[in-house]
Amino acid sequence: MSALLEVRNLAAAYGESQVLFDIGLTVREGEVATLLGRNGMGKSSTVRAICGMLPLLPVGGGELRFAGRSIAGERPDRIARLGVALVPEGRQVFANLTVREHLAAFAANRFNRPDPWTADKVFAFFPQLAERQHHLGNRLSGGEQQMLAIGRALTTNPRLLILDEATEGLAPLIREEIWTCLASLRAAGQTILVIDKYVERLIALADHHSIVEKGRIVWQGSSAALDADHGIWHRYLGV
Amino acid sequence: MTQLVLEQLLNGLQFGLMLFLIASGLTLVFGIMDMINLSHGSLYMGGAYLGAAAAQASGSFVIGLCAAMLGMAVIGIVLELLLLRRLYLRDHLAQVLATFALILIANDLVRMIWGPQPLMLNPPAALAGPVELFGFSYPAYRLLIIAIGLAVALLLYLLVSHTRVGMWVRAGAANRTMAECMGVDVRWLFTGLFALGAALAAAAGTLLGPLLAVQVGMGENILILAFVVIVIGGIGSIRGALVGALLVGVVDTLGRALLPTLLRAVSAPEVAGHLGPALASIMIYLLMAAILFWRPQGLFPARA
Repeated sequence: MSALLEVRNLAAAYGESQVLFDIGLTVREGEVATLLGRNGMGKSSTVRAICGMLPLLPVGGGELRFAGRSIAGERPDRIARLGVALVPEGRQVFANLTVREHLAAFAANRFNRPDPWTADKVFAFFPQLAERQHHLGNRLSGGEQQMLAIGRALTTNPRLLILDEATEGLAPLIREEIWTCLASLRAAGQTILVIDKYVERLIALADHHSIVEKGRIVWQGSSAALDADHGIWHRYLGV
Repeated sequence: MTQLVLEQLLNGLQFGLMLFLIASGLTLVFGIMDMINLSHGSLYMGGAYLGAAAAQASGSFVIGLCAAMLGMAVIGIVLELLLLRRLYLRDHLAQVLATFALILIANDLVRMIWGPQPLMLNPPAALAGPVELFGFSYPAYRLLIIAIGLAVALLLYLLVSHTRVGMWVRAGAANRTMAECMGVDVRWLFTGLFALGAALAAAAGTLLGPLLAVQVGMGENILILAFVVIVIGGIGSIRGALVGALLVGVVDTLGRALLPTLLRAVSAPEVAGHLGPALASIMIYLLMAAILFWRPQGLFPARA
């Protein structure tokens, strides 16, 4: 399998304060990868850098390649059209768009995927959303907003789906629904990068894990390796 | 009395719809890019001058109107690409200073080209007279303005509510970063929006030309009203701009026409004579204060 996303020696700063020092990770086509670490260690900043929202350092910013081409310095909308879809932290649904509009406005099939995601396919995937398709985004419950954020990303038929804290703040039952949904996306061959804190669930779901601490990748390995060494959990994840 | 009220209501509707043409562009610029554009009134003035000059040269009001809209759309695009685009990420003070400079430049440019005298712009000959309406006569030209205003409002509504571009605009107004992450090129979307806003402001300038004077500085008065409109309506909301514009148009027109008369009925003539006009001219600000007290974000806030 070829590498879809390649991050090498990534470094980035918010103004004067550097938050990413040395991030390296690879997500291969068809793979589910995770980014783990305690809060404030640089997970979301890494995601922001990949999506073009956080510029790399002009000197020594490292490499950012997607589908074989450099995307360092590209604008967020361009990176999105190249096939990166983000389910952002805090869901960020549009308060003034209806559920159906969320799924229609950005729909595209730029890579001619057979049987592409459409609004109707999302409604079949999340029947709860179908019932609320004429409601505005801010009238939904947290779980429904999360499903909408995932559905909205899927309608762009992305090559890489990035989920940033997709289960945060959800009731346990809804959280399980999201995990089930991610497992079926994986089964359908969707390449995914997940940021979350439920290590057991991620070990079951993903192929490959990277742990970030203070803006650096400090451990990388397979699910089996992570499952075997609970010392890593204590040291880097505080579990 | 009923006839006076009815006539003033129509005048208010007509003025409100023209305010809407100006405010719709302003509210989107402010709402999506968080950009305060004081020079929006200059687009209105430039449109009025272009329209008057083209109508005089061609002898046709319609050609004047089209030339004004097209010309200001082009000027709007150039302005956006060369200057405004650099200001989006700057703070509001920089934006206010730069666009205030544009007002001064535009006013002097117009004075250099057309001179200090106001231009005359005649309504189309076929609409110069009055028509009979509900038992009183009303200028046909004002009815045309109402019809055009309503048509533009309807078109904008369809564009914003029922097209994908409209969804992008609303998404951009609610959460620009997220809209970009969904693949919307907000920069080009905004250039297009700015051209549309400039064309609508130019249309308002030309349409109001025969009713008000086409003169240097006409943009500043209307700009203040347009800001009142978008603050009342909720920044970034087209629907809010429509409702706010109609409220301001009707309240301002009715206030000026009826308040002095009403005051004369309840107080001494000399008091009414002083108080009436003063009160009439602050009516819309009282309206704005009341609405903001009740809804600080305006009637239809675009951001959650």
